[in-house]
Amino acid sequence: MGGWRRELDRFTRDRAATLGLILLLLLVVAAVFAPILSPFPGDVATFHTANRLRPPDAVNWLGTDRMGSDLLSRILFGARITITIAFVAVGSAVVIGVPIGLVAGYYGGWPSNLLMRVSDIFLAVPQIVLAIAIAQTLGPSIENVILALSITYWPFWARLVFAETRSVKNEIFIESAIALGASPLRVMTMHVLPNIASSIIVRTSIGMGATILTAAALGFLGLGAPPPTPEWGRMIAESREFLPEAWWYATAPGIAIFMVVMGFNLLGDGLRDFLDPRIRRGARGK
Amino acid sequence: MTALLAVEDLSLGFATEAGFASILDGASLSIDRGQVLGLVGESGCGKTTLARAILGVLPAETARITAGRVLFDGTDLLTADPAMVNRTVRGRAITFVPQDPFTSFNPIFTVGDQIMEILKWKSPRADQPPGRDWLPAVATRYPADRRRADFDAVLELLDAVQLPRPAQLLRKYPHELSGGQRQRLMIAMALLPGPDLVIADEPTTALDVTIQAQILGLIRRLASERHVAVLLTTHDLGAAYEICDAVNVMYAGQDVESAPVDRFFAAPAHPYTTKLLASLPDASGNARGIPGEVPVLLAPPRGCRFHPRCERADRSCRETRPPVEQLGGGHWVRCYHPHRQAP
Amino acid sequence: MIVSRLVWFVPTLAGLVVIVFLISNVIPTDPVRVLLGENATPQQVEAMRVKLGYDKPLTTQLLRHFQDVLSGNLGVSIYSQRPIWEDLSQRLPATLELTLVAITLAIALGIPLGVMSALKRNSLWDQAVRVLSVAGLAMAAFWLAMLLQFLFSMKLGTAPLNGRIDGFGPTAVTGFMIIDSLIDGDMEALRSAFSHIALPALTLALPAAATIVRFTRAGVLDVINSNFVLYQRAMGMPPGLIVWKYVLRNALISTVTQIGLIFGVLVTNAVVVETVFDWPGIGTYAVQSILQSDHKAIIAFTIWIGALIVVVNLLVDIVHSFIDPRGAR
Repeated sequence: MGGWRRELDRFTRDRAATLGLILLLLLVVAAVFAPILSPFPGDVATFHTANRLRPPDAVNWLGTDRMGSDLLSRILFGARITITIAFVAVGSAVVIGVPIGLVAGYYGGWPSNLLMRVSDIFLAVPQIVLAIAIAQTLGPSIENVILALSITYWPFWARLVFAETRSVKNEIFIESAIALGASPLRVMTMHVLPNIASSIIVRTSIGMGATILTAAALGFLGLGAPPPTPEWGRMIAESREFLPEAWWYATAPGIAIFMVVMGFNLLGDGLRDFLDPRIRRGARGK
Repeated sequence: MTALLAVEDLSLGFATEAGFASILDGASLSIDRGQVLGLVGESGCGKTTLARAILGVLPAETARITAGRVLFDGTDLLTADPAMVNRTVRGRAITFVPQDPFTSFNPIFTVGDQIMEILKWKSPRADQPPGRDWLPAVATRYPADRRRADFDAVLELLDAVQLPRPAQLLRKYPHELSGGQRQRLMIAMALLPGPDLVIADEPTTALDVTIQAQILGLIRRLASERHVAVLLTTHDLGAAYEICDAVNVMYAGQDVESAPVDRFFAAPAHPYTTKLLASLPDASGNARGIPGEVPVLLAPPRGCRFHPRCERADRSCRETRPPVEQLGGGHWVRCYHPHRQAP
Repeated sequence: MIVSRLVWFVPTLAGLVVIVFLISNVIPTDPVRVLLGENATPQQVEAMRVKLGYDKPLTTQLLRHFQDVLSGNLGVSIYSQRPIWEDLSQRLPATLELTLVAITLAIALGIPLGVMSALKRNSLWDQAVRVLSVAGLAMAAFWLAMLLQFLFSMKLGTAPLNGRIDGFGPTAVTGFMIIDSLIDGDMEALRSAFSHIALPALTLALPAAATIVRFTRAGVLDVINSNFVLYQRAMGMPPGLIVWKYVLRNALISTVTQIGLIFGVLVTNAVVVETVFDWPGIGTYAVQSILQSDHKAIIAFTIWIGALIVVVNLLVDIVHSFIDPRGAR
């Protein structure tokens, strides 16, 4: 029981990582409690064109957009979309890619190498380029964005886990586990996986940040959900024609994206420092 | 005759996450010109730290020297002008043979480049380092005539350390050479500037057993020929016996005994030393360990740091560190209850 | 390493073509219908299908696709009615010029900052640099572009709003405005070219610089704690020499291998940044194609970018092998 406290203490000593955690908690709170926190929850769908393009004031803390909707409310509801895209896209990429990488790394042989070559093809092109092609083909919607992102992301995880599994596989404790008669499944899940887990966790956090940026870019290009969905990237695209007068329109969603991605990046960096030294550091040298 | 190098009561430690680790506590040693001194102790006793303190290459961020002096030829290296020390002492009067010759070479430059770089700045044929004060080191040229003379000196010394075909060898990269070859190069690099003292930090630990004896013999021979003093740190008592003139023993950051080599092995005085010698495997291969564990230096024992493992320990041992007691013939010990034997 | 890349170069591109082709055929929307418009009769649609070969089995289509790609025939853009190949090659120099200027800026900014940051580890300076580099990587490129445009162009008026140059520009020899202006000796055009490329290049350079700072810093820290640096220090080598001749070279080796990665990030961001600045490069072409549902153009664009990046990675490997004598690493 005391162990938890000590670990948490050690983590919070890293101020940057703690900041990241706080930013992410804000995101979750915003998404979950959007209906309650928004001053104008209805503005996600309804318009008040009389109110359009108002600068921030006491009523609309972040101003209104081109349809007169309250920006703060739309941003809060947009948090839901952001979280959904990030978690589902990255989650499915990890769930697909990690087992593939594990199995390929464990068994080796030509099928595994072929599989990795296929992954390399996907990885040869920047994710956004393929995602654009896929999303444009399928049509603008959040589901298609998620699909495009996961299809282009799983190869990264497969490759990563493949390489790490292969290097871990040569360690002695794996050989002894196999010699003791552990089944391949057991070796993979109980021995290999825990060892590469920290690497996966750290990259997942950073990957969420990167995915959100890519998703926002897709939204910016018009490949995300159609209006009036309050997707942050799309909102920035909409704001372009109203610059430089309606500066709040472009600034607010951009800052939201910035805070969320910062959060994931800081958390990822913090997790890397937190997890690695413990595992890697052996006897302290002279 | 004043000693060439005299470390007086050096105490230092490292600031770690868990607190201040007191690595050295009042460590002392002295080396005369041309003398080969062995600094012996188990891993973690502080001998490498002491060597690095003399060289002045402790990690600046975490190391803190709390007391003591390092007198080289009368000058305290700890308080002298750092730039002067770097220019005239390091790499010139005091040189270094590292423990691992593989990682001590820069992997992306040829060994020849690296040797000539040392000579560019530390050649005995140059009174001053080349270039001007205001010119950055990277832009300084190597005077052509001195370069030729230095190169000849390199070939000569590579011959002396028994490296075949020196000119070809110099064109190779470190990873293309064997461990023995690399260490011979290191020895050559340590002797080229014409030093008074060579600090060899466990120079054979990273080498094959078959080569260790050769390298040690080489060090001894060259040191005698050139009248160069050597500070050899090692955990291998056999090595100390083979080539040292005198031996100092350290335990947990404290020096406990010092003696000329014959007396050391014939009549050891400190309980730790006797146990250390007894722990060497005998003719039939039996070995006896020393009961107990090395102390954690975050909270070291007071007084004599060996007292928790010593059967002779009493109250005075636990409270104050024993003073130096001269036993005659250059043999001293720090113990309230040393073994006393007829010489 | 290089041999591996060379051997796999062709199959990787081939695989890319296949994948892109497959993607384009998972279409719910009918490309022929899109081509002919809403009012086409079913007979007209069918006729066009036969004409374009969409009625043939998938494998035949794939083979024809390969033939087309290999012969450089990427099809005709529905929008511009010109061969896509022409459109792309005309726009390539613009994107290349932008990317090259951006990467130069990023390196000039990132490496010194990374080195200084590592040398003064944990100082205020180091912490500030680290915060800024994390921040640089958290900003959406298109948002940063709009921000810079807003600040420097709209509010301060110090930079032009968009485009590559005022007027017609110098005679096109290389397609690189900066080089062509110099060739022409046209100082006005040169000035204009620089002022136009400033903001877009800066937008691309900042996240790239952030990445370079991080890798350089890690590389230098790694090297500073190595045994060969300890040895040189113990032997009294001048500190400046140790850092700028030896540490830097060792640290940069790891940074060079990341150039491929950085280039990928640059291209990714170039797509949106070009759009914001109306930069007539491949990025805007891609975006326009999306908006017009110009399917063939998007496919062609994807293949082009893929090929470009594979080539860049190959070049990086070659350079790496010259710098690092240790061989496969």
